[in-house]
Amino acid sequence: MSVSNGGGSAVSVRGLKKRFGDFEALKGVEFDVPAGTVVGVLGPNGAGKTTTVRVLATLLEPDGGEAVVGGHDVRKDPAAVRRAIGLTGQYAALDEFQSGRDNLVMIGRLSGLGRRAARERSEELLEGFDLAEAAGRPVKGYSGGMRRRLDLAASLVARPRVLFLDEPTTGLDPRSRNVMWDVIRDLVADGTTLLLTTQYLEEADQLADQIVVIDRGVVIAKGTPRELKSVLSGAQLEVAVSAGDDLATAALVLGDFATGPATIDSETRHVRVPVTTRSRLATEVVGALTAAGIDLDDCSIRRPSLDDVFLALTGHTTPQGADPADEADGVPAPVG
Amino acid sequence: MTTVTVTPAAEAAPGSLGRLRQTLADTLVLARRSLVRTLSEPESLIDVTLTPVVFTLLFAYVVGGAISLPDGVSYHDYLVPGMFAMTMASASTGTATAVNNDMAGGIIDRFRSLPMSRAGVLAGQSLADLLATVIAVLVLAGTGLAIGWRIHTDAAHAAEGFLLILLFAYALNWGMSCLGMVFRSAEGVQQFGVLMMLGLTFVSSAFVPTGGMPGWLREVANWNPLSALAAAIRNLFGNPNPAGSVHAWPLQHPELATTLYSLGLIALFAPLAVRLYRTRTSK
Repeated sequence: MSVSNGGGSAVSVRGLKKRFGDFEALKGVEFDVPAGTVVGVLGPNGAGKTTTVRVLATLLEPDGGEAVVGGHDVRKDPAAVRRAIGLTGQYAALDEFQSGRDNLVMIGRLSGLGRRAARERSEELLEGFDLAEAAGRPVKGYSGGMRRRLDLAASLVARPRVLFLDEPTTGLDPRSRNVMWDVIRDLVADGTTLLLTTQYLEEADQLADQIVVIDRGVVIAKGTPRELKSVLSGAQLEVAVSAGDDLATAALVLGDFATGPATIDSETRHVRVPVTTRSRLATEVVGALTAAGIDLDDCSIRRPSLDDVFLALTGHTTPQGADPADEADGVPAPVG
Repeated sequence: MTTVTVTPAAEAAPGSLGRLRQTLADTLVLARRSLVRTLSEPESLIDVTLTPVVFTLLFAYVVGGAISLPDGVSYHDYLVPGMFAMTMASASTGTATAVNNDMAGGIIDRFRSLPMSRAGVLAGQSLADLLATVIAVLVLAGTGLAIGWRIHTDAAHAAEGFLLILLFAYALNWGMSCLGMVFRSAEGVQQFGVLMMLGLTFVSSAFVPTGGMPGWLREVANWNPLSALAAAIRNLFGNPNPAGSVHAWPLQHPELATTLYSLGLIALFAPLAVRLYRTRTSK
């Protein structure tokens, strides 16, 4: 009964709408997740990321539009969707009083695995997620990173075809975040289709094949991390000259490569010009400057970060360090 | 990192027999979960251990002296069945609190994203709380025996009495599940639960004959399910039952009335609870 449509799309979202009272959380979201790929849904708090995931995981009924997950319509056959997916939400959805092992076995049993299969699968995951040592202890004594790993393991017990991770590293320290990233990369290498939401541009850049940028309930851009960065196709070329006297000459030479006026910072002896990136650009720049008798301390071509892209797309910066709890309880705070 | 093979899971819907089996299996798995929680927080058992003992002693030795009963009636024989009724009412508020806690945590989202029975979480909780009720009944029976309460009938009647107590408690748990989902905060649940428990217990014939209440209140008390329960227990245990002479149908047929009340509560609140569970968690 499960024939996936849309040429190998594991998730297909069309015109998805959802409102909470007066607040329109989703205003016609559209995107696809090809089977076996990772799509990162990127956006600030209140953009509609969590709402989207909750609709796809059958926790929320959409008000309009269509969402097909694993070949099943979320509205017409939510039970079949649930048999195809795994979900890890923003906050560890674990039983505090049971041990890590008992949590996984419980999830396995509730997913329809037999007692023995649930037990074996749990051991496998505990081992794989570096939790074997703590497996017998109640979860309430676990660290934040351990909880996230156990939570992720819990969503994998039933070997889902499609996995949803809602802000998998929000609130983790950098070390635990790196561990999570490794875990997620391994998962993906094994062919699981993954949709993850994040408000960290770096995270989307690191993990996703495709990025869907969402803001105030609509998709404002999609593409590979590379494509999105080339939305601002221009890059910044910056050189640091060894002698302050050379600044003007350097600016003149760089003018041949530039797509706009040069900026000179005499204090730090830097010259910066906008350029269009192409192959051999750096070699030619250094060659031309050397031919003009200018010694360089530094030369760099900086592609725009996703932060720059986001600013260009939305007209506002990403709320780094904003309170992730805004979107935590499913009713996203209106974007101010 | 372990190998996570991607095999299309069996996504075909199970038949109705399969669903029933799944509901039972899910209920047992989740009842176990609730029990583990109860055992890791033994203070949550005060409701069903210390409280019945303290109240029984209070009533037996402090309040009891001021209550006049017909000659030859042992107050302790009269009191203990009332204590059973009261304890069932107070212990059931624990269900409301537990359900409310669950709804506040993220785990309910996980449960709802699993291909499990929609009734499993609530059925598991009610079942686990039924076991807590068994503890309360045992504690109370022990306390009663210690202060001179006796069962004056045979084992069959006594067993029927205990079964009726548990049936009623189970039914009340479903009502309390609804309460736990309707309220946003745990404090709200607790305060409302205590008020409800006091109202149910004291506007009834659990501790005092209803004859002394004003007319309208007397009618409410006579039809209060807890009055029927107390009267049924008194009959089945052979304890004094002054309500036997009251001309209200539930008090004339207390065993049948208690059974009907219990089944009615389950028929009303179990589907309502499952419905609330769906809508409450899907915001």
